[in-house]
Formats: sequence, C-alpha cells, structure tokens
Amino acid sequence: MNGMKWTRRGDVHIVRLIALAVLWLAFMAIFKFGKFFTAISFQTMGEQFPEFGLMALGVMLCMITGGIDLSVVGVANFAAITAGLLLKALAAEGDLPGYGIPLAILAGIAIGAAAGAFNGLLVSKIKIPPILATLGSYELFNGIAIVLTKGKAVSKIPMAYSDLVAGKIFGALPVQLVIFVVVAAFVGFLLSRTTYGPKLYMLGTSERAARFSGLKNDRLLIKTYTLSGICAALGGLVMLANYNSARAEYGAVYTLQCVLIVVLGGVSPTGGKGKLSGVLLAILVLQILSSGLNRFPEINSFFIPLIWGGVLLMVMVLDYFTEKGQRA
Amino acid sequence: MAELLRVTGVKKSFAGVQALKGVSLAIAPGEIHCLAGENGCGKSTLIKIISGVYAPDEGKIEFGGQAFSKIAPIDAIRHGIQVIYQDFSIFPNLSVMENLAFNTELAAGRKIVNWKRLRTIAEHAISRINFQVDLDAPLGSLSVAEKQMVAISRALLSDARLIIMDEPTTALTRKEVLALFKVILDLKKEDIATLFVSHKLDEVFEISERFTILRSGERVATGSTKDLDKKKFTFYMTGREFEDSQFEPKNIGEKPTLEVKNLTLPGAFEDVSFELRRGEIVGVTGLLDSGRTELALSLFGLLKPEKGEVLKDGRRLALTSPADAIRAGIGYVPEDRLSEGLFLPRSIADNIIVGEIDRLSGAAGVINRSKRAAEIEKWVKELAIATPNPDNACQTLSGGNQQRVVLAKWLACDLDVLILNGPTMGVDIGSKHDIHKILKSLAEAGMAVLIISDDLPEVIENCSRVLVMKRGRIVEKLEARGATEEMISAVMM
Amino acid sequence: MVKKLSRRNETYITLVALALCAVIQIRSGQFFTPNNLVDLASALIVPGLFAIGAFMVIISGGIDVSFPALASLSVYATTKFLLNINYQGGILVPILIALALGAILGAVNGFLISWFSLPALIVTLGTASVFKGVMQGALNSTQLAVIPPGMDAFGKSALFVAQNAESGLTSRMPVAALFLIATLLLAYLVLRYTMYGRGLYAIGGNEISAYRAGFSVKWIKFLLYVAVGMIASLAGLVRVCMMGQCHPTNMLGMEMMIIAGVVLGGTAITGGAGSLTGCMLGTILIVIVQNSMILLGIPTFWQGFAVGLLIIIGTGVSAMQVSRAGAHRAAKGAPQVSRTAKGVPQ
Repeated sequence: MNGMKWTRRGDVHIVRLIALAVLWLAFMAIFKFGKFFTAISFQTMGEQFPEFGLMALGVMLCMITGGIDLSVVGVANFAAITAGLLLKALAAEGDLPGYGIPLAILAGIAIGAAAGAFNGLLVSKIKIPPILATLGSYELFNGIAIVLTKGKAVSKIPMAYSDLVAGKIFGALPVQLVIFVVVAAFVGFLLSRTTYGPKLYMLGTSERAARFSGLKNDRLLIKTYTLSGICAALGGLVMLANYNSARAEYGAVYTLQCVLIVVLGGVSPTGGKGKLSGVLLAILVLQILSSGLNRFPEINSFFIPLIWGGVLLMVMVLDYFTEKGQRA
Repeated sequence: MAELLRVTGVKKSFAGVQALKGVSLAIAPGEIHCLAGENGCGKSTLIKIISGVYAPDEGKIEFGGQAFSKIAPIDAIRHGIQVIYQDFSIFPNLSVMENLAFNTELAAGRKIVNWKRLRTIAEHAISRINFQVDLDAPLGSLSVAEKQMVAISRALLSDARLIIMDEPTTALTRKEVLALFKVILDLKKEDIATLFVSHKLDEVFEISERFTILRSGERVATGSTKDLDKKKFTFYMTGREFEDSQFEPKNIGEKPTLEVKNLTLPGAFEDVSFELRRGEIVGVTGLLDSGRTELALSLFGLLKPEKGEVLKDGRRLALTSPADAIRAGIGYVPEDRLSEGLFLPRSIADNIIVGEIDRLSGAAGVINRSKRAAEIEKWVKELAIATPNPDNACQTLSGGNQQRVVLAKWLACDLDVLILNGPTMGVDIGSKHDIHKILKSLAEAGMAVLIISDDLPEVIENCSRVLVMKRGRIVEKLEARGATEEMISAVMM
Repeated sequence: MVKKLSRRNETYITLVALALCAVIQIRSGQFFTPNNLVDLASALIVPGLFAIGAFMVIISGGIDVSFPALASLSVYATTKFLLNINYQGGILVPILIALALGAILGAVNGFLISWFSLPALIVTLGTASVFKGVMQGALNSTQLAVIPPGMDAFGKSALFVAQNAESGLTSRMPVAALFLIATLLLAYLVLRYTMYGRGLYAIGGNEISAYRAGFSVKWIKFLLYVAVGMIASLAGLVRVCMMGQCHPTNMLGMEMMIIAGVVLGGTAITGGAGSLTGCMLGTILIVIVQNSMILLGIPTFWQGFAVGLLIIIGTGVSAMQVSRAGAHRAAKGAPQVSRTAKGVPQ
C-alpha cells in the first residue's frame, strides 16, 4: 500500500498546479473579462517563457541529483554577451556573413557547456556543495561578463539574428517556442528512454549506493551540470534575440523563478524525485501567472519577485503537510 | 522490591499498520533482559513507547508500581529510563567532555556554561565504569566501542535505573563485547537493570537472565533464559524450524577464477595471496582491524592497492572503480545494505537492473524496454521476491526481501565472483537462513563466492575454506569442515 | 581533529593575508600606512557584522542568503519612517527601531525554517525575494539622499583619526567600530559560555542527537534567525550612517562574499565546526582583496570576477580539507554518515 502512495507524490503536485492554473484563469476571467484573451494570448506567451523555461530545465536536472544550479543566469548572460560580441565583430565590415549566426550560436552553446562542465568539476571532483559552488560560479561568470562589457550593455546586434531567433515560422509559430519544445523533448527522451534517466534518479536518491552499484557518479554529475549550462546558454541566446542586447545583470529574477518552477513542478530539493511533466506544467502556470499579473497596472514589476518568493514559501509549507500525511 | 518497569497490553499503529498488537513486558530491578525479534517485529516501537518518544494507542505503563497512560521523554528520564540508540546520539564535532555533560546540564536547566563544572561531571561519569579516555578529544576521533562507552557513561549520570541498549554489539569486536558485558554485570551489582535488543543468539544466552521475543507485533515468548535453547529460540523468532547443514562444494572449477597475489595496501593489509574457484564459498574472517573489509573494497575497485596483482581467469585486472570490477565480473554486497546497496525510494525493478543497466541499452544509451521487463520478471521469480508489483518502491519490502533484491541486482549482472561483506549482519534469523540458502545455491550454480564475516558459526557452516586474517595478513588457511570456533578464535586474537 | 583542521586553516589564511598585504605594499607603497589601515578597518565593520550572523547560522548547519535583503528592507523602512516624522534625536532610537524590525523579519525566517523544517537555502532564497519585493514594491524604495541628522552625525563621528604623514590623507575610525567589537565579544561569550551557544554547535553536529539530549532545537533555531536578523539590521544601519545616504539596493548581492569569507576561515559549510577567529580572518581577507584593488590599480569592474574567483578557491580548499578528513576517518574504520549534496545528514 505504501508503494502506491509514493508514486502518488508526483500526482499531488500536478493536481495542485492544475488547480492553481484553473483558479488563476477564473480570477483573470472575472476581473479582466474584456481583455482576457489578449492577456492570456498563447502566442505572446510562447515568446516569453522559453527564456526562463530553458534555464528551468537545466536547474531541474541538477536538482534531481540532489544538487542545484544557481549560476544559470550568469551562464546565460555570459553566453549571450559572447554571441553578441561575436555577431557585432563579424558584421563590423558590413553585412553579416552567412555563417555568422550559426557560429555565434555555437559559440554561445560552447560557453554554456564549458561553464557547466566547470560547475560539474567543482561539484564532483572538488566536492564543493552545489549551493556554494554555483553561487560562487555565478559571481565568477557575472564578473567575467562585466569585464568583457566593462559593465555596459552589448547593443546594436545585427538585426538578422533577432529576426531569426525572435521571429515566427509561417508568421504564427515562434521560433523560440520551437527551440524550447525541441530541447524539452530531448531532455524528456534522455530521462525516460535512456540509461541516463534512471542513473540520475539513483544518484539523487543515494550517492553512496550509486557508487557501490558501479555508477560513475563523477561523470554523471559533470554531464548533468554541462547539460544545465547548455540549457542556460540557450536561454541566454533567446534573451539576446528578444532584447536585441546583452548585459551582465539581465534576467536576475530568473534564478529564483527557476527554483520556484522546479519546486512547484514536484522536484524535491533533496534529490531523487521529480518529473519533467510537472516542471513543464509549472513553467506554463508561471507564465500564465506572470502574463496575468502584467495586466494589473496597480502591481508594479517589483512585486513579481515578491510574489514568486511568497508562492515558493507557500508551496514548501504545503509540501511539508502533504509529506507528513503520506509518511507513517 | 517493587518492579522497575511493567508494560501491559500496549497497542500502537501507524497509518493503518499495527506495529504492536497488545504487548506486555516486565523488568525487575537489576535484571538483565533481552528483547529479541526479527526486523519489523515491533522492538524499536516498544522501546520508543517505554522511553516516551511515542504514545501508545492503548495499554498501561508502570514505573516502580506507578501507572501512567501518557509519558513524555522527560518523564521516562525522571524515572530512571535511559535509552542508548544505535547511533549513540552523540556529537562527533564536540569534545568527549561536552558529550558527557550536556544532558545533565540541560536537565538541570542550566543556561551558562561553566567549563570546570562540565569537566567534573565528565570525570564523574567515566569513573563509574572505569573508562579511560581523553576528555578534550573530539568525539569523532574515538573508536565505535569507545563512543559506546561514552554513551553508557552519560546514561549513568542521570541516576538511571534501567538502561535500554538498541543492538549494542553490532559494530564491536569480540573483546569489546566482553568488556561491554562486564559493564552490564557491574551495573547489575548496583541494581541497575539492562534491557538490550539483540537477535544474536549467543549473546542472548551469554548475558541475559530473562528474555522476551516479539513477532509481528505480538509477544510470542518470555521467560528465563535457562529454559531456552537454540531450536526454541529460532522457532519463536521465525515461526519456522530450520535444519543446519554444512556446505559441501560441488563442481569446483578446475582453474582459479580469481587469483590474488601479494596484494598490499600499507596501513590496511599486506602480502595477501589466495585463490578462488567456481563453486567454492571461501570465508575471510578476522577482527575489525584485520584488514578484511579493506581487502574486499580493494577487490571491488574502491581502494587501490599499492603492490600486488589481481587476476581474473588468468588476466591481470586494473581495478580503479566499481564499474571496472563489475565489468570484470566481480560484484560486492556491502554490510550496510540500506545505505550502500539499495535505493529504497526507487522501484524494486530499478534496483534490480541498476548494475547491468548499460547492458540493457543499445546505441546512445537508449533502453531496450522489452529486455528490461524480461530481466525484472526473471529475477523477481528466481529469488522469490515477495511483491505484488515490481514498480513499487523498494522500501515497501520487508528486510529479508530487501536483501534478496540486493542479491538479485548482483546476479543480474552476470557475475563470476560475488564478494559479500557481513551478508547477514543485522539480519534476523529467518532471513539469515534464506540468504545462506541462496548463497549455497549460487555456488552450486557455478559462482565463486567470497564471504567476509566475523560471525564464526556462519563462516564455518557456509564455507568450504576459511582464511583467517590478523593485522593485515592472512595467518591461517583451513578447511571449513572440521574447523571449530575455538580453533579460529585462537588464531584470530 | 576538527579543531586541528580549523587551526590549520586559520594559520593558512593569516599567511595568505599577510602575503597579499606584502604584495600590495610592494606594488603601491600605500598598504601599511596608518590611514589605509584605518580605512580597511572601517571597511570591515559592515561585512564583519554580517559575517558574525552568517557564521552562527552556518555553525548550526543552516544557511542564510537573505540577510542583505533583510538589512536593506529594515534600514530603508527605519530611515524613511524617521525622515517622515522629521526625527531630530540621536542614534539610539534608530538603533532600536532597526533592531526591532530586524527581529521581526528574522522571525519570519526562523518560523519557516524551525517549525516546518524547510531547507534553509530555499526558504531564505524565497524570503530574500519577499523582502526585496516589499522594499521595492510596497515601499516604493528610492534613494534617500538625506538621512536623519542623528544618524548622519553618528556616521561621521570618529573614535580617532589617523593621518598619513606623507600624503596628508586622513582617515577616521568610526564609532561604529565599537558595534563590531561589542557584537564580536557578545557572540564569543554566547558561543563559548552559554548552553545556547554550545547548542548551536550541537545542532550543527547532529540535530537528532541534540533533540534527544534535551536541547529545544526548534526554539534555538528560531531565536538564532531572530538574532541574525537583528545583527544584519544593525549592519545595515551602520552602512547607511557611514555612507550618509540610504541606497536601497547597495547591499544586495553581498551574501556570497560574506559566506565565502566565513567558509574561507575554516567554518565547515555542513555545520558543527568553526571559530569566530577564523570567520573574521576570512572576512578580513575578502575585504583586503576588495579594497586593495584600487591600490593595485585594477579597474573596479574586475572586482566581481576577483570575488567570484576567491569564493571558488575558498570553498574549494575548504571542501578538499573536509573530504581529506572524511577519508582519514574512513580509513580508521569509523561509520560513515552519508549526506545529500547539500550537506544534510541522512
């Protein structure tokens, strides 16, 4: 009987998320009836959540191992700045060459992978607790970003980049949404159909048992943090297209937002639990909340982190009560 | 004299599961009483109720004739009940002195620390059982036995009348166990009773005067130890009767599967050489510091030896990680099967295939689902793992079944050599017997088995050969048949 | 053995700090001048106060990343309120108000962490946002260029003045330095001579054992976060007074630097081990690095990078020492305590 209850844990979170979404949509429908469908326009939302959605995917993977990646925003900006500078340099003599955009994107991804691998090394070989390691590397990457830009923004990026990445296929489907769906599908595939998934959950459940079962813990961790770095870099590249500029402090609120999404989606901070479906749902719910809040001009943007913080705390307290009820 | 403790008709359930179904127990002053039972029989629940950590759903608790229906831990402490848990409830980062004196200071409601007073209290504590230790040393630097002595000294400070010890001898050497028994006897002289939880048969006989055996939340037997024998004990514990049989190897492989030559790791073991063939079960035994565990870890790639070599089927092995060992066909079942061998919250299925998961996948690590399902079905059946659904979490299983999952995991890896460290440590008699049966059938099926254990009867009964280690070297190799405990002990010490 | 480790760490830190001082002195000739030393001491006050609070939290096995946000909110509210009522009095009332606010905000942290046993990192991530949001959103914080005269005077007051004979530069040692010394002394006395303080170490060592031994773990943790809130508020107040203006976001982002300093000084991030001396030494090292970049002629935008690097090196060295100690214990055959990646004992 106990076994059944444990598989329900994920369901509790999904149910809660759906309830939250329904309540919020109802609330919006009542108060902003006229503007409801412009407010909850799925098309515009599809151009807003991929930024942080991609980062959240990376944080999710790290949390499943029992760790966390708080450096995602730093990596994202670092990648974006690198790509931006590269694009500008390539276009300095006139038009952007054909290979310009792919090169810049590759450069950004490479930065993300390197940063992630760095995090992975800190966590696995040097054994710095992930909180400290990624908070520290956040400062480091942020610092590098500031040095590269001397504290200013990288702007006047060749329009071709923005047109592409922030554009729409067939005039309707946002490119960044496609990017997000592809990455999410890839992560989902990794988790459910390859050996990486079960190994990850085992590692998150017990690092010791994993070692004794012959799992290569270090390699798994480095792989995971590298993936997280790549996801963060992709998020940064999308941000670059959306703002048409890059700067060291962009998206600072996303750190907390990603942690919130992941926790809301049912991933346990202690590791070993959590499903992609929960996180995807959480991303959507948070986007709906975010869009809705934007339609209330009385609530200025500073309130958003406050609300996220408050929701995060509420979710954790609720989790406390549900876990208590499930355990003997 | 009034009875020290009497518990009557205690019932307790958690989330619909009845842990205790009406248990009674009585302890007289100065009595040495053993509480025995298989894992999950309700022993720890009973102890927690006696010490006030849990409140019983029904039943009466009497301390010195006074009845209570509900007690808090502080009430139990005031009536002289002290519990020493398996982890000793210590602070490894603080000094011995602080560990000894804190409980007393807290009970006295003290807010300010007077280091001189702490030291006096600490000195008084260790003098009661004549325990020599450096009071300023950090507790984490002490040996397990020393930590236990600290826990006992601390318990005595609060005018204890009954000391409850939960599986006290698990990590002790024979010498240390004897020292512990002496302390228990000294306490008896002062009319301090001891209730210790154990399922080690020989200890029950050696030290206790009276016993109580629980099974599935009910008391099935109680009485004087004089009236108990091995057969009755086993029957009460498990409800079954067992036949002991000496292991006779059949079909021993011609060539050695595993050859260890002059393996050396300074500080752990030195110049170790032996052979292992298919169909054999070889036992390695010795005291805690004999290097037996380190040897096992080396053979599994967790400790790199400095000198010597390990050959598998004639080929030299480079063992730098457990993954290497598994690939070479060597598996390892660790002592602490809970934290080292199993992923309890994960499904039984996941636990079984975790060691061979790479073999069940194709290109790019994609899992072959039908292969996986087939494997799981096979092993659940072969090892008779009692579960309605292999996707259930492993923690839904009983202790004995969990051990079977661990074995299944290693068998699934298609191993040639299986090393087990303390395979039945902390395991109850019923499961112990089952595990021994499985090991014997493994050997008959052609596996080479190496058992590391300090349980001499287990070693003698289940092995064909025994290697005795002392201070890092193999000092004796004997045939198990015809060996006696005395022979082996004599060489070990 | 843990004591020996932290002692080793302290000497190591002192040596590095001295080496750094020597390098800076050689490059700029300005390091060991009286006015620079006073400047350094002055720059140490606010981080030092924060570090004491962070140290106590880490000792108990927890972690707090909300203290800069807490301090910012608390002192902003205090300053705004006093400005609104046109307060003309001395520093005592601002101190009391700031301490009270700090206690209340700290109590929020304490309540969530101790009563619901929620992971401290995530809770304080959440409360940091809430505090920031209240300050910037609800209170609509903007820079306050003028602060009540009492606070301003306090900030400008001096214990003594040091003069650099060569350059004629003078530096004040602010009276606020007394706050740091007093808090340090108080923390030392509490940690060494009260059961509460020993309780913090005990909880950091093994929380379950602490509960069984009779420590009221929930209360101790709750009061801890209240106290840390008060200390952080005090630090914020000192900062505003010394700057002569209230910049709401000025302190945000300091948390990693402070925690790095504490960990550099030999405090184990998992709790239960560490000394105030080490904590202050680590913080001093960080402050020296930050402040002396100017003396070395390194442009300010390199600061973030340098601090990040220092954090990684500091935590890295600390982590390697911990794993070496663990390996040593394992070789002795002691039972291993497995921990989650965040350092929670299982």
